[in-house]
Amino acid sequence: MTENKELICINCPMGCRLNVTIEDGRVTEVTGNTCPRGREYALKEAVDPMRILTSTVRIEGAVHRVLPVISDGEIPLRQMFEAMAEIKKIDVRAPIKEGDIVLHDILGSGVNIIASRTMDRVD
Amino acid sequence: MTKADIVIIGGGITGTMIARALSKYDLRTVLVEKENDIADGATMANSAIVHVGYDPEDGTLKGLLNVRGARLYDTILDEMNCRYLTTGAFIAACGEEEEKHLDVLTDRADRRGIPYRILSGDEARKEEPNLSEDVTKVIDFHTTKVIYPWEVALKAAKVAVNNGVQILLGHEVTDIEKMNGKYAVHAGDEIIEASCVINAAGIMADRIASFVEEPWFTMRPRRGEYFVLDKDVHLVQHIIFPVPSEEKGKGVLAVPTVYGNTLIGPNSDYIDDREDNGTSYYGLDYVRKNMAKTLRNVPFNRSIRTFAGIRPASTSSDFIIEESKTSEGFINVASIESPGLASSPAIAEYVIGNFVSKHFDLKEKEGYDMTLPKDIVLSDMTEEERNVLIRERPEYGRIVCRCEQISEGEILDALKGPLGATTVKGVKKRCRPGMGRCQGGFCEPLVMEILSRELDKDPLDIELDGKGSYILERSNR
Amino acid sequence: MRHYQAIIIGGGSAGLSAAVTLKDRGIEDILVLEKDREPGGILEQCIHNGFGLQRFKEQLSGPAYAERYIKMAEERNVKIKLNSMVIKLTPDRKVEYVNSEEGDVTVSADAVILAVGCYERSRGAINIYGTRPSGVYTAGQAQKYLNMNGYVVGRKVFILGSGDIGLIMARRMTLEGATVVGVAELMPYSNGLPRNMKQCLEDFNIPLYLSHTVTNIFGKDRLEGIELSEVDDKRNPIKGSEKYFDVDTLLLSVGLIPENHLADEAGIEMDPVTRGPKVDENYMTSIDGIFACGNGLHVHDLVDFVSLQAERAAEGAARYLSDGKSEAGVITLRNGSNVSYTVPKYIHKDAKINTEVFFRASRPMDKASLTVSCGDRLIRKLARRKVMPSEMDRVMITAKDLKDLDGDIVISMEENA
Repeated sequence: MTENKELICINCPMGCRLNVTIEDGRVTEVTGNTCPRGREYALKEAVDPMRILTSTVRIEGAVHRVLPVISDGEIPLRQMFEAMAEIKKIDVRAPIKEGDIVLHDILGSGVNIIASRTMDRVD
Repeated sequence: MTKADIVIIGGGITGTMIARALSKYDLRTVLVEKENDIADGATMANSAIVHVGYDPEDGTLKGLLNVRGARLYDTILDEMNCRYLTTGAFIAACGEEEEKHLDVLTDRADRRGIPYRILSGDEARKEEPNLSEDVTKVIDFHTTKVIYPWEVALKAAKVAVNNGVQILLGHEVTDIEKMNGKYAVHAGDEIIEASCVINAAGIMADRIASFVEEPWFTMRPRRGEYFVLDKDVHLVQHIIFPVPSEEKGKGVLAVPTVYGNTLIGPNSDYIDDREDNGTSYYGLDYVRKNMAKTLRNVPFNRSIRTFAGIRPASTSSDFIIEESKTSEGFINVASIESPGLASSPAIAEYVIGNFVSKHFDLKEKEGYDMTLPKDIVLSDMTEEERNVLIRERPEYGRIVCRCEQISEGEILDALKGPLGATTVKGVKKRCRPGMGRCQGGFCEPLVMEILSRELDKDPLDIELDGKGSYILERSNR
Repeated sequence: MRHYQAIIIGGGSAGLSAAVTLKDRGIEDILVLEKDREPGGILEQCIHNGFGLQRFKEQLSGPAYAERYIKMAEERNVKIKLNSMVIKLTPDRKVEYVNSEEGDVTVSADAVILAVGCYERSRGAINIYGTRPSGVYTAGQAQKYLNMNGYVVGRKVFILGSGDIGLIMARRMTLEGATVVGVAELMPYSNGLPRNMKQCLEDFNIPLYLSHTVTNIFGKDRLEGIELSEVDDKRNPIKGSEKYFDVDTLLLSVGLIPENHLADEAGIEMDPVTRGPKVDENYMTSIDGIFACGNGLHVHDLVDFVSLQAERAAEGAARYLSDGKSEAGVITLRNGSNVSYTVPKYIHKDAKINTEVFFRASRPMDKASLTVSCGDRLIRKLARRKVMPSEMDRVMITAKDLKDLDGDIVISMEENA
């Protein structure tokens, strides 16, 4: 089965229009890109788009009520809401350092959710 | 059942001024207000001017009470430590036709002892460089004042409370029963029995009156829309009026406010829904176009807020201040549109002198106090005064609103007492965080935090203004 | 009165970057005044990623980007006073601030750097008609409630303005379980980065209404709905095009304005387009020894450029502290066709440094020629593709270019077929 998809490249402000041909779930052709990054992007994006996820988790004993977190790698776009549900369950306590893992291997993706800033303990 | 001598219905400028004036007498007075704060109707949204009284015609209550009211303000503003500016009011005529009308105003002013100055167009432009080239002659009623009407109403209510008047907010009157020559006023979850009822219900006055008598007047809500310009726009120093006319009333004005902003408006539109205080394209467009007649270079792109107010006008062209012909002790104080704000102290005096005094033996009570201390306003103080204050009370050193430089201490003051703020808008009305150019973008979350902490309420239960005006929908964590 | 070599007003991305650079240039006696309870400024609530691609060649979240600069400042022992609001700046470089520990304090400095940030245009500034219920927020306000306080502001959301903050909030609210029913943009083109258009709207099937604006607001206490209208080419609403949306929340992402009241009151000359101070190649304002940078100078689209320009302002301040100011005349940079503003606005004729000029196009162009000229003399001509007003552009004017120039420099963009 052959499928054609149109994508807009997001690597830079140029926003090239990419035409992607997919056969049996595999990208066979990318046109419209002006640089290799466009092709690389299209290969992933056309089949299973991946995204960095940022959110917050509840934190106790810090200057704010929530702590910003980020995934340390990309996770599939189709799993975003499932991942959010996992993140919502997390509670942490200050102090926290930037980069501390707050959730290991989210949804078995191999990607961790980590603190994206430091929050000291405030009493 | 609560027993009282007098029930005042309505906590706007009229009701609070009456409550204030009554509070010095040995009477049990209760004021009921349907909203959750004082003066949320016409008093909150108007041109903020204490007119000196040249405009109303001879033989009207408006004429009589405006002149008297403006004089009473001199004392009251000082007694209650209210903010005001004596800006003067330029009535700007363009051409001979309009100049003729100025003579009508000066004649009236002469008869009423109101001082004024006459300026040529060029002389006026020296004082107000943004005045239009078309302006040929100006009368300056130079004793005209600008106030913050809401503050005056709140402070009048505070004086009343300090002297023993009971104020019930969030108590809407749903019925008034007559029984044994007395009235039972159903207000929220209370029934208050009193022999005298004062109907100062503003835009709802006809409905309140209809509980006890055949309707003989109808409110005709008239909406006025305004722009508020940023305070770094120094457009005018005086209030600028066009020449008033029969059909358009006082016209579109520019008013320098007590906080340094400029108010531009209003239009005047009869509307069907008496609670519809929304702004409209047509209303604001009318304001924009008509302001250009007397002023040039009006930077509407520096508007920080627009709002609309509803004038409590009625089928009567004059104020309605009289005891019901069929129900003794029921006093209508209705149709208090412009110059109602300026007249309000005199209205209170008139109501007490002509009607209340007939029903009660007015004895002044001991130890009443008509004065209020000055509010602590950091931005009004000198560096030295601020230092002394902050050393003693560090909360005044935490600035919450950067546009208006309001400290946490001032917000805490606004929350205090029986008429303390309970909502974000309530805080804003009392001490102004969020009134500046960013309109609360920065400080609203901080005000929320303080309200939540001080009132011991979940942030989710903090409201912007009226019931149901929640700000946060749910906690996500 | 305590006197410093330099005082920086604002401890956000611009202020921290300026402080770090001053220290690196050997200016030791400096003070940063920050109004908030922690440094970092607005970045702390921008929890999404995409910051730092230019600076650190990494995609950091806003807080992580800020943390790098906070650490650099700590390593250099930069003195930061928190919870300290500056209330006055005078032309002789006295700075008055208030905090609860010290009270009301006036300090002075040889150089003052304004790094005060910007504020969001609110409803009042854009004339949306109708009632004034709760449920209408600036995008940044909703972002703060969500990302720093942990509260969602509503369930059914409409967003006005397709700038990046609006788009980012569309995704963030969606992920938190709200329904974003649409984003409207007054202009016929989006103001956001293509990447945000894709990842914030398309990923979640959120419709974008170009050439549309909100024309009415309904609801007495809480927002009950909005009216959306299409606009004509003069951006006036078209009668009959009204659509009603049943929403409880409206987010406004309709532009940012430099916070300029300190500068204004000090009498600093302002640029009516950027609404920030006019500066020279050293980022010095019209008042000697007062410098400006960051979003308080002009609104940036990337924090990386905020840091970069703050460094340049700090370098300018360091040069001023060692050499004093240039007494040479200035060349004015004028906005030519299709250019809405330039920063800096002036370059001294004897400038020893090359000046990178930041500017914005006033409309989108597919292909354009960028020209820098002075009278008949063409100084530079460069090709540009996919020009957008929302993306800041830059061009270098070297010290050599300035030789024998007579008159103003004009920067223009001409569209090519």
